[in-house]
Amino acid sequence: MTTVQLVQLAHARSGDKGDNANVGVIAYDPEHYELLREHLTPEVVKAHFGEMVKGDVERFELPNLGALNFLLHGALGGGGTMSLMNDAQGKVFSTGLLRIEIDVPDEVATATAGQGRIPEGWSP
Amino acid sequence: MSESHLVRIASGQGFWGDDIEAPVRQVEGGGIDYLMLDYLAEVTMSIMQKQRARNPGAGYARDFVELMERIFPRCIEDGVRVVTNSGGVNPEGCAAALVEAGQRVGVGGRAKVGLVRGDDLMARLDELLDSGHELANMETGAPLAEIRDQVQSANAYIGAAPIVEALKLGADVVVTGRSTDTALTYAPLMHEFGWAPDDHDRVAAGVVAGHINECGAQCTGGNCLIDWWDIPDMAVVGFPIVEASEDGSFVVTKHDGSGGRVTRASVAEQIVYEMGDPTDYITPDVVADFTTIHLDDLGNDRVRVHGVKGSPRTDFLKVSIAYSSGWKATGTLTYSWPDAAAKARSADRVLRERLSLLGLHFDEIRTELVGWDSTHGLLAGAPPADLPEVQLRVGVRSSDRASVERFTREIAPLVLTGPPSVTGFAGGRPRVQEIMAYWPALIRREAVESELRVEVRDV
Repeated sequence: MTTVQLVQLAHARSGDKGDNANVGVIAYDPEHYELLREHLTPEVVKAHFGEMVKGDVERFELPNLGALNFLLHGALGGGGTMSLMNDAQGKVFSTGLLRIEIDVPDEVATATAGQGRIPEGWSP
Repeated sequence: MSESHLVRIASGQGFWGDDIEAPVRQVEGGGIDYLMLDYLAEVTMSIMQKQRARNPGAGYARDFVELMERIFPRCIEDGVRVVTNSGGVNPEGCAAALVEAGQRVGVGGRAKVGLVRGDDLMARLDELLDSGHELANMETGAPLAEIRDQVQSANAYIGAAPIVEALKLGADVVVTGRSTDTALTYAPLMHEFGWAPDDHDRVAAGVVAGHINECGAQCTGGNCLIDWWDIPDMAVVGFPIVEASEDGSFVVTKHDGSGGRVTRASVAEQIVYEMGDPTDYITPDVVADFTTIHLDDLGNDRVRVHGVKGSPRTDFLKVSIAYSSGWKATGTLTYSWPDAAAKARSADRVLRERLSLLGLHFDEIRTELVGWDSTHGLLAGAPPADLPEVQLRVGVRSSDRASVERFTREIAPLVLTGPPSVTGFAGGRPRVQEIMAYWPALIRREAVESELRVEVRDV
């Protein structure tokens, strides 16, 4: 097994629902969906964000899309215009979750190495 | 209607303030039947309500009228019908301004404007409370009576029926208040294909099409994480076009030659955006199950969406209430290497001590270091000593406006009275903002639907 960051296996988008943030995580390769489902339990995600999420983490499965949706309760400092956060609308909880480390089989780690990051030598 | 009949609905605005060239390109690009323009978000209604309080003629998206001055003639010539919630808290005023704009740009006598009213509950609030509608907060269960005096706006999310009616009456442009974002897409589909309101699967498919359309370019390459570095021509990103079939399946695409990219991944990212329980996506007209969505990437910026299932609507409509809830302000200063983060933290400590010595009252003080932890918080860990620079960002919130006002005068002094190598204060004193808190509630649908009014006016 090799430890990799989730950014290598999945992309994500997040947004707000009141004081809750949602993060949809989508496997690059649908074959890795099961692996994500197994590792990314609500407890693991809650522990990852720690104090950043005051309430529970709920998880919903969308196997057709190879996606998991996480609802992070009480993550936005009151939400909307109440929040004093720079990320008051939870737009970058997505990449926050992609930092999480998970153990995957060596061949998966090798096959996905570098995925999710700009190619070497790239410039705008 | 032949089996191959397609209805093409283009998205032109994902929010109030979106790219104003996009809807022009959608119309000039041709090959579309409808243009949907979404202007409203939770906080937008309270902003519009305030504008209307100062000026009874305001309270809607004026940019929409300016846009129509550019595209109205072409829309009429090409038979492109426009559906929008630009009316905000004053759809009447918006429709009147649109009629005048139409006359100015020469579509007088050949265009009709549809107007949908009745979603605005502000004037009826006390009557509704008195007659037993509690409008309790959906999240906390608290009754609205607790904050009644602070309410600034109250609007029910309304569905497809009044838009369909306006289209049946021949409206070329339909202006509504707080229609749901998704209804702006699926109401035209219900009208064109004659879908019955209880045809749950088809209407739910329309809801999915609406959810994909409602954020503009967010499904065509904008804010897209996958391979973002090689998505082409973002300067002229193509906004989505839904090509719908009578059976409820549809293809998401964009104009040939436009920038951006439509793939299974770009569409999937938009599908999960602002998602709660995907099996229970509640709208005024149907409950859609987003776990039933199938996506087929057809290549060439075309993604087919099919298989969507729905179930019957609920007896309630959601009500979006905004209420005044104190004041806030945010101040920033920039600190340079060496030990940039330590200087910023030290300045924050000095600032907090001064606020305390002044005896000010705050419900919350929040400190973030932009360039280090303002996006990923604790996940960023401890900042390194050789960080080139960092921006100190301190926000305060209080029910006492004077405390927030005084806070705004305590930022600039830190430049001469705090830690060294500080800059970035040229923007002047922070602005005090009124906080509009959000109060989601439910109301029995008949209390709203009995008051909905549709009319069509000649330009």
